[in-house]
Amino acid sequence: MDWLSYLDPLLQGAWVTIRLALYSTLLGAVFSFLFGIGRLSRSLPCRWASVALIEIFRGTSLLVQLFWLFFALPVLGQALGLDLRLPPVVAGTLALSLNIGAYGAEVVRGAIQAVPRNQYEAAKALDFTPRQTLWRIAIPQAIPEMMPSFCNLAVQNLKDTALVSLIGLGDLAFQAERVRNFTQDSVGVYTLLLLMYFGMALVLAGLMRLLETHVGRWRARGI
Amino acid sequence: MLFGIEWDTTNDWVFAWSILPILLRGLVVTIEATLLGFVVGATLGLVLAALKSVRTRLISWPARLLTEFLRDTPLLVQLFFLYYVLPEYGLVLPAFLTGALALGVQYSAYMSEVYRAGLESIARGQTEAARALDISPLRTFTVIILPQAIPRIIPALGNYLVSIMKDVPVLSVVSILEMLNVARIIGDRSFNYMVPLTLVGALYLILTLVASAGVRVLDERLPKRGIPLQ
Amino acid sequence: MNNAMPDSSIPPDPTDAIITMDQVVKRFGAATVLDHLDFRVSKGEKVTIIGPSGSGKSTVLRILMTLETLDEGLIHVAGKPLWHEYRHGRPVPASEAHLRAMRKEMGMVFQQFNLFPHMTVRRNVTESPVHVLGLSKAEADQRAYEYLDLVGMTDHADKFPSQLSGGQQQRVAIARALAMRPNILLFDEPTSALDPELVGEVLTVIRRLSEEHDLTMLLVTHEMEFARQISDRVCFFDKGTIVEQAPPEAIFTAPQEARTREFLKTFIQARQNA
Repeated sequence: MDWLSYLDPLLQGAWVTIRLALYSTLLGAVFSFLFGIGRLSRSLPCRWASVALIEIFRGTSLLVQLFWLFFALPVLGQALGLDLRLPPVVAGTLALSLNIGAYGAEVVRGAIQAVPRNQYEAAKALDFTPRQTLWRIAIPQAIPEMMPSFCNLAVQNLKDTALVSLIGLGDLAFQAERVRNFTQDSVGVYTLLLLMYFGMALVLAGLMRLLETHVGRWRARGI
Repeated sequence: MLFGIEWDTTNDWVFAWSILPILLRGLVVTIEATLLGFVVGATLGLVLAALKSVRTRLISWPARLLTEFLRDTPLLVQLFFLYYVLPEYGLVLPAFLTGALALGVQYSAYMSEVYRAGLESIARGQTEAARALDISPLRTFTVIILPQAIPRIIPALGNYLVSIMKDVPVLSVVSILEMLNVARIIGDRSFNYMVPLTLVGALYLILTLVASAGVRVLDERLPKRGIPLQ
Repeated sequence: MNNAMPDSSIPPDPTDAIITMDQVVKRFGAATVLDHLDFRVSKGEKVTIIGPSGSGKSTVLRILMTLETLDEGLIHVAGKPLWHEYRHGRPVPASEAHLRAMRKEMGMVFQQFNLFPHMTVRRNVTESPVHVLGLSKAEADQRAYEYLDLVGMTDHADKFPSQLSGGQQQRVAIARALAMRPNILLFDEPTSALDPELVGEVLTVIRRLSEEHDLTMLLVTHEMEFARQISDRVCFFDKGTIVEQAPPEAIFTAPQEARTREFLKTFIQARQNA
């Protein structure tokens, strides 16, 4: 087992994984808020669209979504006369963020709905508009509530990035497969691979915990 | 042609209709893998939960570490590990069983947490009352704690059943002929990926909605305060 | 014309009324909470509303603050209709824009304080003046200092509500409402949620307000002694209407109606024994 020679390609792959996880988590957070707040909108079409998107991306397998965006979308594009071929990195990031966005939407919605009613009354008494109330009063209070679930979703997303290796994106799992094919050292490569993912997940969880403390610093101690 | 069934590529709708029976074969494999994975996961999860609750730290800490490890590493990698590494130690399983095992191992970590949370949520007062009444620990567990824990545990396990179903396509990398794999093969051979993949998406959506509704019904049917004992 | 407080022995002049409620009806499901209520408040008057729970006291305040709608009747605030407006000379239900304009006339202090927990004390008081009234940050800060000083909370300006006691939070809530410079201030059981030893500091602030400002104040409370001290008029509510209203000395020493007597029985007895 020549561990050191594995490290170079694996670290390259890890760097791709980290960037992919970062972009998809951030974009996923945007989608979470979009779908989650859309779910609470007063306009009926907006609500229905949000519910539909949430159910579609939560109810179908991530790998199916990934394959669809990478293999099926170009075919649809041909029929429409558009070039909808997505490079693996775009298809991967998009699939991951839509998936995490759909799960996150429910977290966002639940947290906003958990803001006590009397906060809305206080805002009304001070004559804030509904939009001001949502963005200045409700959402800032909802964010610390969302953090524990977002932490879990972030780790889940990191694990899911491994799937993009199946559409040829050179992430950690992809590089590991290449090394294994070359050296036939399954035990060594896969053990190292598992440990690397584990390590990244622990670091991510730690960072999320720090973020959790930071956004919740106005909360009362010892509840 | 796949599984001996021909398809018709005249137009998209005819194509879709003609591949449906083929996809349904894949669906059967998907469901089988889901159920087997669930059983393995629920059993291993129980073992893991028991190990974690043991008082000796020499046993409980490695168990907790293992749980965390399984939860934080991708299913795909765990699957490859089992598929390529097990034979090197003399254990050669058919691909399907390896796949179900991988699913079970990954989800045993989540399910062990469900067991633990469900049991811990029963108020400590219940155990104390039982002890005051001099009820044996075994009886306390089976007759007092367990009937109250079940209504909380079962819906959570049910949700993981749905999650397992959504993870089954990962098994396609070891050539298991579940739905997504079947669709991909049809796409490879007919050069039209859109119809099979969209169909698979729709089938998954239906499956998930039905399964989730089933879990919800089960949740409502289970009495909140515990299984009533006469 | 001097700016002394209105003489409380003279009945309020309806044409001087800052709030008029005519035949207001409010139902919650099958229950009628306000039953053809007629109510007037004069400019600068300090009115306390007392009564058993469920009598509709808080609902009156909440309807004025536009937190609840009304089912029937008319309400005018500062001469303008509240829950309706006139289009082409005909009354129609008020639009959100109209309600927003009317809300600026009133401020409210809640039983549960309802401070914004994620903002410091200073931010709680300046947020609305900046984003609703359009003041500059400097102007809002100055105003905040003025009102936090009035309630005695300037030392705590950079703290979060979770770091304050209930009494301190309520005082900040009063400053927050005052910072909007409303003409009418509504108090919905401001001390009911406080531990007994914290009630005094809040009542002191409210008393200061009543003595030093000619703000119109509408107070719902169970603190009878306090009501007796600061009110121009006390209204006893029961089953959705005003049963009796009079200056505090009259109503607390010699209530006319049997229901009022029954409700005030313990209070009057305690005072007689004191």
